[in-house]
Amino acid sequence: MNIIKSQPKSITADSTKYCPGCGHGIILRLIGEAIDELGIRERMILTAPVGCAVVIYDYIYCDVVECAHGRAPAVGTAIKRVHPDKFVLIYQGDGDLAAIGTAEIIHAANRGENMSVIFVNNATYGMTGGQMAPTTLIGQKTTTSPFGRTIKGMGKPIRVCELLATLEETKYLERTSINSVRNINKTKAAIKKVFQNQLNGIGFSMVEILSMCPVGWRVSPVEAIQFIEEQMINYFPLGVYKDTE
Amino acid sequence: MAELNTDSHDKRVLMKGNEAVGEAAIKAGCLCYFAYPITPQTETPEYLARRMEEENRIFLQAESEIAAINMVFGASAAGARVMTSSSSPGISLKQEGISYIAGGELPCVIINVVRGGPGLGNIEASQADYFQSTRGGGHGDYRCIVLAPNSVQECYDMVMNAFDISDFYRVPVIIQSDGIIGQLVEPFNMHPYKPMYEKLPPKDWALTGCLGRKPNVVRTLFLNPPNGLEMHNRKLNDRYNKIKTELRWSDEFNCDKADIIVIAYGATSRIAKSAIKKHNNNGIKVGLFRPKTLWPWPDVELVEVARKNKGAKFLVIEMSTGQMIEDVQLTLMDIVPKKDILFYGMGGGWNPTPDQIYEEISRVIKK
Ligand SMILES: Cc1ncc(C[n+]2csc(CCOP(=O)(O)OP(=O)(O)O)c2C)c(N)n1
Ligand code: SF4
Ligand SMILES: [Mg+2]
Repeated sequence: MNIIKSQPKSITADSTKYCPGCGHGIILRLIGEAIDELGIRERMILTAPVGCAVVIYDYIYCDVVECAHGRAPAVGTAIKRVHPDKFVLIYQGDGDLAAIGTAEIIHAANRGENMSVIFVNNATYGMTGGQMAPTTLIGQKTTTSPFGRTIKGMGKPIRVCELLATLEETKYLERTSINSVRNINKTKAAIKKVFQNQLNGIGFSMVEILSMCPVGWRVSPVEAIQFIEEQMINYFPLGVYKDTE
Repeated sequence: MAELNTDSHDKRVLMKGNEAVGEAAIKAGCLCYFAYPITPQTETPEYLARRMEEENRIFLQAESEIAAINMVFGASAAGARVMTSSSSPGISLKQEGISYIAGGELPCVIINVVRGGPGLGNIEASQADYFQSTRGGGHGDYRCIVLAPNSVQECYDMVMNAFDISDFYRVPVIIQSDGIIGQLVEPFNMHPYKPMYEKLPPKDWALTGCLGRKPNVVRTLFLNPPNGLEMHNRKLNDRYNKIKTELRWSDEFNCDKADIIVIAYGATSRIAKSAIKKHNNNGIKVGLFRPKTLWPWPDVELVEVARKNKGAKFLVIEMSTGQMIEDVQLTLMDIVPKKDILFYGMGGGWNPTPDQIYEEISRVIKK
């Protein structure tokens, strides 16, 4: 029997605590594959966010620092300055990156820190039970926007790639999704690109991944995929927003 | 910086307290410094912006005090000696980060050049952050070691000590300076770095990439096993208790058969000392007890002073409406009547003159 694919070696957990249909698990696997393929597990330092991915150190077998909510870009900045030869991976959710940690990501990007950022946009606060995030769509119902998000009083969802693209020191920005096999493959390529950029000393590189949170959204895993296809991608167009190479 | 003489290893130099803090960090091998400007501490980032560059080390003006303290968290987790400095409003912003640093058992040095509060307060010297520094400040059951210099020399010496102490115990160390000590210019002995301990524990927990070893994880979340957090907090508490027995620093001046013992730290202790000397010259027996560590609090030493000076009145002087006095009352409650523990102070960036303290001591004598 030929083994065509197996669990990435850098991922030691045999299961995760993510809900069924959650996007974090798929993204975790893609990161694991990229780590293996680039052979960087023993030279990387990963920052865990506050959010559903907080226990990422239970899944990826590498050095990890668990950061305060939203502060990973500041923490990672310092780690990269202390160990410029090491690989620093920042993993953040949308509440973490685009609400409480907005200042930290903007300034890390503006300084052009040579780090790789995985930004998981699931349009809600998964961990705390599905509250409104800065990326929650207009009309989307959450526990703290029970009648649906309105522009008046709540503003429009923040498009992070477009925002960061205005900063000249950002080197690579791409938005992908994991709603289909095709898009998962594209996400994998984007993750690798973002990793490779840091290894090549190119500078601040980020992939924003539209991801499913069926439990937070209160829908089935299949409906969650449909929500990305039919709604999220309309507002958050996929594509490369910056590639300065 | 004006050099007074340079003919030995030790050299007399003239500097501001805030600059001496910076040079001590350089000498102690501080690899990274992160900060945000605020009066009255800005001389430290200005000094280090130049010196860190000269020494090929890491200086970064952060976008906020929140970012700065989280950079401290990251650099410390990466195994580097790291420092930040700020003044009261900025230190308030750092509290979340300090709680994480304490929970993550990371060493670092934090300078607070205290100014008046609450709110924006003013930019004058103050001691109103005593509660914040000694009671945790951020959330959770943790302590920071707090050192309180009262001269430029002590700014220099204590910062060096702070790096060693912090590495030794893996507890953040705060230097509680104030607007007077930070701005004070006086000559001091700029001696080379003298390590406090023969050997410091290896930083085998640091994040360096897990080449050839098991991964290291710096964390403050303890969900499992069910009693994970309890075990963690017990471990921290045992360490705090050890520090309480090993690191109480205080100074005494004429605390022998005195009628009045003044208790003061930092700038206030210096102002008080000149008033006390004037009284001593008039044959009045006044002594000074000066805590140099605000946490751990020098309780054993203070009790000893109370025993040696039976019947004495205690006058606590602070540039606040009364914070350290609570530690004094707790320490002395079984040996000194409460009415004999008196207070003189004012909040909001006020500082006493030697004459005011002289008068206050006179009033206490007449009581
Ligand atoms: C300072 C602070 N505020 C609030 C929280 C509570 N909290 C935990 S996770 C979270 C939201 C996380 O959302 P997101 O970053 O989108 O991650 P997700 O769980 O959706 O992946 C919040 C608000 C916290 N831990 N710390
Ligand atoms: S709450 Fe949402 S983001 Fe969190 S694990 Fe469940 S599905 Fe995933
Ligand atoms: Mg989210």
